[in-house]
Amino acid sequence: MVEISVDTERCVGAGQCVLSAPDVFDQDDDGIVTVLEANPDADQAAEVVQAERICPAQAITVREG
Amino acid sequence: MTGTDTSLADFPMRRPGVAFPPPEYAHFREQPGLVRSRLPTGAAVWLVTRHEDVRTVLTDPRVSSNPDHDGFPSLLGRTGGVPSPDTMPGWFVALDPPEHDRFRKTLIPEFSVRRIRQLRPVVERIVGDRIDAMLAAGGTADLVADFALPVPSLVISGLLGVPEVDRDFFESRTRVLVTTTSTDQQREAATKQLLRYLDRLIAIKRKRPGDDLISRLLAAGTITPAELSGVSMLLLIAGHETTANNIALGVLTLLMHPQWIGDAGVVEELLRLHSVADLVALRVATEDLDVSGQLIRAGEGIVPLVAAANHDEGAFGCPHRFDPGRKARHHVAFGYGVHQCLGQNLVRIEMEAAYQALFDRIPGLRLARPAAELPFKYDGVLFGLHSLPVQW
Ligand code: SF4
Repeated sequence: MVEISVDTERCVGAGQCVLSAPDVFDQDDDGIVTVLEANPDADQAAEVVQAERICPAQAITVREG
Repeated sequence: MTGTDTSLADFPMRRPGVAFPPPEYAHFREQPGLVRSRLPTGAAVWLVTRHEDVRTVLTDPRVSSNPDHDGFPSLLGRTGGVPSPDTMPGWFVALDPPEHDRFRKTLIPEFSVRRIRQLRPVVERIVGDRIDAMLAAGGTADLVADFALPVPSLVISGLLGVPEVDRDFFESRTRVLVTTTSTDQQREAATKQLLRYLDRLIAIKRKRPGDDLISRLLAAGTITPAELSGVSMLLLIAGHETTANNIALGVLTLLMHPQWIGDAGVVEELLRLHSVADLVALRVATEDLDVSGQLIRAGEGIVPLVAAANHDEGAFGCPHRFDPGRKARHHVAFGYGVHQCLGQNLVRIEMEAAYQALFDRIPGLRLARPAAELPFKYDGVLFGLHSLPVQW
């Protein structure tokens, strides 16, 4: 299990998270990140960690539990 | 160290070929700290070549994109003709947060993954029309002039809301602006014509809004009409030659590695491999900072090299190998930090649509000249091809 939080103030709307983990992240009508699944399964963990790593605004925090 | 130290290596360095950044980069990555180098202007700068260091520099709030700061590096003479927030309102790539954020926030809904996916049919139609035109003209083409350059300008003109009747004018002026073989005079004239055209277009959209980006930005009300000309110009230029170079180099690389044609990882790997915008993200320190043990002083110029970062062995195994199977998305071909390319998802769609249609519809596509003899843009700010003669 991983736990995700996002800082929508920092988000610059690059959408890298959506491309990395489309079942977990989305962009709202303003282009800002939204979390579809705050506690994704272990099999999505790699994608989520990648999203955290490539987010250019460092707006995503993932805690592994 | 002063700005005219002659013992420093000259920068930029030349690439040896399509998929290779300058070989000096690998050597620089092994040096402790950062490497000092000399620009054509005579000024000294810090070169950043490690993947992690490039990301650090591009996210540090003490590092600025504003060319009005003393010490800001320029590759093209004193000011380099690069617009600054003073000379062109709305040129927000040159603004730092928080001024930058108003522009970015207003624009990001237009470039979200979902919004860009909706544009896919439009992009496919433009790509298809260009291929029709090439096929109708015979068995040979210059894939740069006949395809890679017109596609992004037709896409962006459609997005901005340029009426169909003006698209040829718009496309031809844009092409002059971004083609590296144009003279300074031609380029200046094209810039003026485009700015005048955009001003007029914005005035028309104020009176009669349509379903297009300019009308929506006017309606949002957070960007003034004067700023909107600068914003439109920026969108036009930023996405243009970069996309064209990516499309053309990608076709070349796929022709050399045809087993990968159609693979889902192709676009991301081509972006990483070619890193056409290696020299684009120039910066200056506004306070002293430390990067990998190197002290950078306030007022010193910094050049984070995205091609160097994308060919860092530490981040990508066998970095010079074209391997779409590696699925490495952590490349920094679009930059990193708050200025990371706003149009990146549009570029991806354009590249995908271009390769798919080209290789589907022209299965006999091949080079009309040996790859080694192709005219690469060795001296431009962006890496790419001046032309790509093909036949079928
Ligand atoms: S990758 Fe980061 S900046 Fe881009 S949309 Fe996702 S959270 Fe926002």
